Amino acid sequence: MASLDDLKKRISSVKSTQKITKAMKMVAAAKLRRAQESAEKGRPYSDKMNNIILNLSNGISDIENAPKLLSGTGEDKVHLCVVMTSDRGLCGGFNTNIIKKAKQYFQKVLDEGKTLKIITVGTKGYDQLKRLYGDNIIERISFKDSKNVNYFDADKVGKIVIEKFEKKEFDVCAIFYNQFKNVITQIPQEQQIIPLKTSEKEENSSEDNYEFEPEEDEILSNLLPKNISTQIFKAMLENSASEQGSRMSAMDNATRNAGEMVDKLTIEYNRSRQAAITKELIEIISGAESL
Amino acid sequence: MSEEYSVEIVNPEKSFLSKNDVTEVVVPAFEGEIGILKDHISIISFLKPGIIKIFSKSGNERFYVNDGIIEFKDNNLSILTSLILNLKDIDKEKISDIQKSAEKELSKSDINDQEKYLLDQKLEVLKSIN
Repeated sequence: MASLDDLKKRISSVKSTQKITKAMKMVAAAKLRRAQESAEKGRPYSDKMNNIILNLSNGISDIENAPKLLSGTGEDKVHLCVVMTSDRGLCGGFNTNIIKKAKQYFQKVLDEGKTLKIITVGTKGYDQLKRLYGDNIIERISFKDSKNVNYFDADKVGKIVIEKFEKKEFDVCAIFYNQFKNVITQIPQEQQIIPLKTSEKEENSSEDNYEFEPEEDEILSNLLPKNISTQIFKAMLENSASEQGSRMSAMDNATRNAGEMVDKLTIEYNRSRQAAITKELIEIISGAESL
Repeated sequence: MSEEYSVEIVNPEKSFLSKNDVTEVVVPAFEGEIGILKDHISIISFLKPGIIKIFSKSGNERFYVNDGIIEFKDNNLSILTSLILNLKDIDKEKISDIQKSAEKELSKSDINDQEKYLLDQKLEVLKSIN
């Protein structure tokens, strides 16, 4: 059995760990509120953007000449995956979940004999992927320095993706991120952005006769690159809210576990102290008896 | 009969402005300024750098935009833009910052005609503000 001194040291060390996790939880909670707010504020933009593109692509006359970003290159050989993770750890299963989702996709792509290229956003994703897919990673981006998620960072990623697309370096592009549902649940998402999947191709029965200025094609080719940045931005916002949520619940758990541990150790400490006292008493009594 | 309709301006970070008593909005569309009144036909267009003018019952406002897309439908005007500044509380420094970066872009040799056109536009508008 550990000595009393050792137990005391362990209790105090667990207590100070608990203090740290508690503080981290509170910081995460404050950040979560802000991240959640900005994620919600960012939604109208991407929703509207999606709507406009949907309207446009429904109205487009000949698919043959549609911009490549919409219709794809016509091939399906090289897949580019943008894996978005956090820059910091200690956030529970946040990064692991994204990576797990991404790995499934990677395996599928490789099994089909296609080429895989990876861009990692956030350092944690790179750390987890470099061992298995190190050769496939063509770019690693990190926004450690920017305090808040901002559009210009997303635009940077978007520009890289578009540039590579124009150089015909890939045919299909998908992004991976965590969608924020609530503090406990974050759903890892896989979203294809090139070619654009018009997810709900409901036949808009309402005859929306839009006037376009300039032509549809020109608007589309201008809009699609913006849409990619917007989608990435949305993913980044969702991701940052998810990260904080995940960290908050992870730290909450850690705090609770530390509390349990302190209780257990305290009981053990009291028991062994009592045992020591009893032992001493017995010694004194039996000493007195022998006199 | 009222002559008012609603306008919403959103940028990626948030919904920038929302008004439902506007009578006319003038936007710097790519092929020239468009003034939009109530019951305009549904239209989608994109913007070049310029000034958005909003006329409403509660006062007129002017904004500088860098780029954007507008959609008008059922008397709802949505303006999506990545950079928007209210001319009322804009400071000279900010404008000259944008101006400088635009000039720098323009001096690059590898820009195409369309980019050049947009940058020229931008500078012109910025000068007119200053």
